[in-house]
Amino acid sequence: MMRLDAALGDVDALDRLAAGDSPVHRLDPRAKLIATAAFLVTAISYPKHDVAELTPLFLYPATLLAVGRVPTRVIGRYLLLACPFAVLVGAFNPLLDRQTALHVGPLAVSGGWLSFISILVRFVLTVSAVLLLLACTGYVAVCAAMARLGAPRLLVMQSLMLYRFIFILADEASRMVRAHSLRSLGKHSASIQTWGSLAGNLLLRAYDRGLRVHTAMLARGFDGTLHPVRGLRWSGRDTLFVVGSGGFLVVARYGHLAVRLGQWTMGMLA
Amino acid sequence: MHMADALISPPVGAALWVASMGLAAYSARQIKPEVAERKIPLMGVMGAFVFAAQMINFSIPVTGSSGHLGGGMILAILLGPHAAFLVMFSILAVQALFFADGGLLALGCNVFNLGFWPCFVIYPLVFRRLAGGSPTRGRILTASVVSGVLSLQLGAFCVVLETLVSGISELPFGAFVLLMQPIHLAIGVVEGLVTAALVSFVWRARPEVLELTPGAPTPGTVSLKPVLTGFAMVALVTGALLSWFASTHPDGLEWSMARTTGKEELAAPTDGIHPTLAGLQEKTAFLPDYGFAEASEAEGADAEPVEEAPEQWPTVSAGTSVAGVVGGGMVLALAVLIGVSLRLIRRRRNVATP
Repeated sequence: MMRLDAALGDVDALDRLAAGDSPVHRLDPRAKLIATAAFLVTAISYPKHDVAELTPLFLYPATLLAVGRVPTRVIGRYLLLACPFAVLVGAFNPLLDRQTALHVGPLAVSGGWLSFISILVRFVLTVSAVLLLLACTGYVAVCAAMARLGAPRLLVMQSLMLYRFIFILADEASRMVRAHSLRSLGKHSASIQTWGSLAGNLLLRAYDRGLRVHTAMLARGFDGTLHPVRGLRWSGRDTLFVVGSGGFLVVARYGHLAVRLGQWTMGMLA
Repeated sequence: MHMADALISPPVGAALWVASMGLAAYSARQIKPEVAERKIPLMGVMGAFVFAAQMINFSIPVTGSSGHLGGGMILAILLGPHAAFLVMFSILAVQALFFADGGLLALGCNVFNLGFWPCFVIYPLVFRRLAGGSPTRGRILTASVVSGVLSLQLGAFCVVLETLVSGISELPFGAFVLLMQPIHLAIGVVEGLVTAALVSFVWRARPEVLELTPGAPTPGTVSLKPVLTGFAMVALVTGALLSWFASTHPDGLEWSMARTTGKEELAAPTDGIHPTLAGLQEKTAFLPDYGFAEASEAEGADAEPVEEAPEQWPTVSAGTSVAGVVGGGMVLALAVLIGVSLRLIRRRRNVATP
């Protein structure tokens, strides 16, 4: 995983985007969650050597990116940071599968390269779809949508509480790290023993904080349920969005749009 | 070792989502309401602690590199298996959503790999037995390292299985196992050492915080039910998954979609499969020419034996391929164009009506 302090800056950036306003932001979180899930399933359902067939799916993130007013570089940064595992596993494909699968003019492309490129395309599609969901909805709203769609209540509450405390504890941890590095003459990482007592202290403080928070919550009438601030309201626009994206996905998946367009163009040119 | 969406197939993703959601619902029911009400703030804080602890780097002896805490074991030790599983779920969800570390569809896989094994199998069966009711430093160290290694080995093995069943990566089973297991042996040892350092600190400073303390149920009374339920679910999932897999890859349907043909190859004596494929060819009328690559004499010079490889290579006619490349490129350009023009329209409208 990437360094957490850098990552928390990104979380902050996504949260600020989610607080914005656009037609995409105004959709019901459930509609966006359903559409994103459908998109992800479609994106990974293609046979493993499809590349051109996958390209029409880019229309979906491109549209959301534009309508939702999400800066492209935020998504790009994430894609670069998150790619290692997919690239690592995919990179073996060109070595293992060398049979020629495709001729583009004089160029012969092996099946391995094709499936490697396909993995990269899928990676870009799936990661950007999830990030767009978050940038246009916000974490709390996604949790609320999950609760309304039937996720276990305790799990949703746990996710909300976790999110609430990450920043607080990360601040505390970074103060500890700074104090440690000031006292250890430029050594950046602690020995395991030192780590044990640093993290152990952090843990005990966190534990006590948990108990204090619980007392405070009880004092304010906590009865075991968290109530989302904004209610969710499903309108005609949401239905339209879900049906529209669903229709688009079906056409993109089974319509062979890219090949048809290519054949048509070449026919025109010929 | 977080699975990415790009590497899994829909049946694998769906099956493991169902398994993980089932386990989450089971865990949520197992935590009694009055305990849940007390545990919720604690669970939230402990999940955040796992994130925060990752900011404190430690140096790994000998290698000089640095690592960080993974979390499953320590959570189970502090909160008990059910609460720990829910916390792991939420941690992995945040990682998937915000850090693009593992995907949303792959979340089920990741929760299963990193949450199920340490919480429901290793903690009750290995850690509690090795650590005992009143652990010493040595026992905590042994128990933590053994548990860390075992749970990461099992998790890594699941990653291999999930990747293989998905069929997106070309890595063969043996090579992938040889790649993953040793790496995760090292990671497991480190995870174990770190967990031991943390647990023994807490054990010395505030023993009542740990679930291991005599007040908590002793190892003997830990019920096997969750484990058995888990295994039953694994069996179910595997069954569902295999049958699904079998039906989504009916011999040659996917391959034949891309195959080109020549008359003489069709006449070639590859009896048995040909009638079926011929039938398929008639149905898949969109791309007119299909054929059988393995019989193609033009590709016969290939060094690799083609006859038994399941991923024999479809040769696609140059026309179709070029059409694909041209079309794909055009669609991409179109996507960019639509994005840019939508943005421009919005900007203009904003200027018009400030």
